[in-house]
Amino acid sequence: MARMLMKGNYAAVYGAAMAGCTAYYGYPITPASEVAESAAALFPKLGRTFVQAESEVSAINMVYGAAGSGQRVMTGSSGPGISLKMEGISYCAGAALPCVIVDIMRGGPGLGNIGPEQSDYNQVVKGGGHGNYRNIVLAPNCCQEMCDYTMLAFELADKYRTPVFVLTDGVIGQMMESVTIPEPVKELPDKSDYAVFGTPLNKNLVNSIYIDHDDLEWWNMELLKKYQVIEENEVMFEEYMMDDAEIVVIGYGSVSRVLRTAVDNARANGVKLGLFRPITLFPFPGKEIAALPARGVKHILTVELSTGQMVDDVNLALSGVIKSDLYFRLGGNVPSADEITDKISELYGEVK
Amino acid sequence: MKKTVLRKPKGFIDVYKYKPGAEKDRTHYCPGCGHGILHKLIAEALEDLDLVDETILISPVGCSVFAYYYFDTGNFQAAHGRAPAVATAASRANPDKVVISYQGDGDLAAIGGNNILQAANRGENIAVFFVNNAIYGMTGGQMAPTTLEGQVTTTTPYGRNVDTDGYPIKMCEVLSQLTAPTYVERVSLHDAPHIRKARNAVRKALQNAKERKGFQFIEVLSSCPSGWKMDPVKSMEWIKEKMLPLYPLGVYRDKGEDAKITKRPVPVMEPAAVWEKLGISAEKDVDFPRGDVADEYKKMSIRVAGFGGQGIMVTGQALASVALEYGYNVSWLPSYGPEMRGGTANCSVNIQDGTIGAAEAVKPSMLLAMNRPSLEKFEGSVMPGGTLLYNSTLIDIKPERTDIKVFAVPITGIADDELGNIRVQSLVNIGAYAAITGMFRVEDVITLLPKLFKGRKQAIIDLNAKAVKAGFNYVKDNF
Repeated sequence: MARMLMKGNYAAVYGAAMAGCTAYYGYPITPASEVAESAAALFPKLGRTFVQAESEVSAINMVYGAAGSGQRVMTGSSGPGISLKMEGISYCAGAALPCVIVDIMRGGPGLGNIGPEQSDYNQVVKGGGHGNYRNIVLAPNCCQEMCDYTMLAFELADKYRTPVFVLTDGVIGQMMESVTIPEPVKELPDKSDYAVFGTPLNKNLVNSIYIDHDDLEWWNMELLKKYQVIEENEVMFEEYMMDDAEIVVIGYGSVSRVLRTAVDNARANGVKLGLFRPITLFPFPGKEIAALPARGVKHILTVELSTGQMVDDVNLALSGVIKSDLYFRLGGNVPSADEITDKISELYGEVK
Repeated sequence: MKKTVLRKPKGFIDVYKYKPGAEKDRTHYCPGCGHGILHKLIAEALEDLDLVDETILISPVGCSVFAYYYFDTGNFQAAHGRAPAVATAASRANPDKVVISYQGDGDLAAIGGNNILQAANRGENIAVFFVNNAIYGMTGGQMAPTTLEGQVTTTTPYGRNVDTDGYPIKMCEVLSQLTAPTYVERVSLHDAPHIRKARNAVRKALQNAKERKGFQFIEVLSSCPSGWKMDPVKSMEWIKEKMLPLYPLGVYRDKGEDAKITKRPVPVMEPAAVWEKLGISAEKDVDFPRGDVADEYKKMSIRVAGFGGQGIMVTGQALASVALEYGYNVSWLPSYGPEMRGGTANCSVNIQDGTIGAAEAVKPSMLLAMNRPSLEKFEGSVMPGGTLLYNSTLIDIKPERTDIKVFAVPITGIADDELGNIRVQSLVNIGAYAAITGMFRVEDVITLLPKLFKGRKQAIIDLNAKAVKAGFNYVKDNF
């Protein structure tokens, strides 16, 4: 009975629990509140810590404290709350603390609305807070992946001692699917080399201050090297019907599912449409996208629930060999598969 | 004759290794600054209470940002104002340790005002040492929340004007309004007798912390000769003359023997125990054997629509839950937008083998319309050759489409008139769906009811079973 029907927001917390996450610090916000609610429901059953913090800022600083104490720790929020957390995420990156942040994106800017959007891409994928840092960003597109990638997020966070985002939108957070709960991890990594325990043998310091200019430059270079290793080793992506594709749609998260249906529909009409879905947004699968023209791909259409944030990375990867077109919906609207195929017909005149 | 030995307390690191530069034997504080005195009182107390190896200290932002240079404890450096939040988590992670949040007035009472208030209100098991010197020292003498009325600072060059800058904030008085704190006292460092009293307060707070007695708060009136632009002697007089009248010394809260001992649970980590506590069984899921399902019903994309209270979401979730037990991949997506609160509701359900693409049933293979607006809104969207199941009790118009199969079922009538409970409409829907598609067997659905409606009374489960049968039989008898 490890298979259950559950919302994506719940699945993330099951994944965290199985990953050995022992503390959740969060603040309610639609459409991410069920992440906190499910942690409030599950964690006390496991003797683990759940605290509803007084603010998003406080929650992320509690995450800093827990991560520095050697715990696997998680928080969750949505756009406006993620903006508030940026300061603390910068501190986590600066102090090389592992943590997992679930972002169930909603419409912005400002208070926007609670519909699904993908408009946190820039602030999450590019760093977001002050300083030179990057977050590892995983973009699940179904409830099973919400569980599995949250679990993976903890592994990556510890492997690289860095904040890891699970980035998705209100569609995946709010929808229910069958989720098979993975087995709990048996062993957690030893963190005694940096975590603060307050014991005779452990007098560690968690800190992001480097007063001397040379020291801070050195530390930034260390971080940069870490991000380069991550870019070498941790890229994840999914391809669908790509072998003979002449037109490729690129999208992540909930959009990638609509695109998959669009590919099925187009293929039924004999159109050689394929789907390229980035799973990690940092590291971005730029090399793989750069290789598409050489694989016979003539046109690329990036589809986003933003005015075009990821498409910048797509075009950076393509470096002008061809240029990706862009189709987007906003404000909580999600494109239908027909909208996608219509757009492809309009742009490339090949789909009917 | 008793011999006095002058030495550095063991609460301090012997050589200040984290401190850059050559001077690793002295602090970075200015001459006459109160931080050095308070540091020493804490370091001595840590040694005497045998806490040096049992303490985690959080350094703030402000002049004491480098407190971690000096204390031979576990150390965190925190963002401005957030030391109580960091301390909260450090304490929760290490419930048997003494956790100290060391903060200045700008850090604690301005930017971190809510952090300290809420940590105090939760009764976090931490000891807070709050240095009130009525000014921002580190950034060069700007107004603090505790700056006195009329006091000249670099951001109150004409003196603090309470009409525009507000009044000096009295943190002991504020926090002692809360229920949770165990011990709240204000002390001063302006002369030797008062330093002795401060020493006692520091020791009491740390002794309480050692005994896990919740939230300890010591406010320390302290000098800032550099910020105040006075010599150290004058600074001491200034505390006595100007600060003491505004910030009365004394104990604001002492729960004494009534203090609660903080208890935290031990996390369950052993894999089998984790699953057991969450009710997850290691047994393999066994699917119901599938019946004969016509090709057209093997890949279902369903829109369920009606108004709030008709069990629209429950119908969708039940369809997905039951299909899951036959080993199908399923998805359920609620309508997501302003209509969520507006009275009408709809959800999308996908049931199929293989990967489910778009979750929203934009062109459903089946529409389940429970009221007239839903039929009118979604009839046109049904895939050609698809199926419409509609609630003929409430829908008094005929569908217009002729290219789809239509099942008019008096769902509300069956639930309300036949079974006497309008709340079982969703189960009537499931029965009708089972009869139309052949995807579910009625017996299987009934077997699942206790799981679908966990915790409900047997009478409700029995009624639900009747509803499933009634929906099923109506379709079988009439179509």
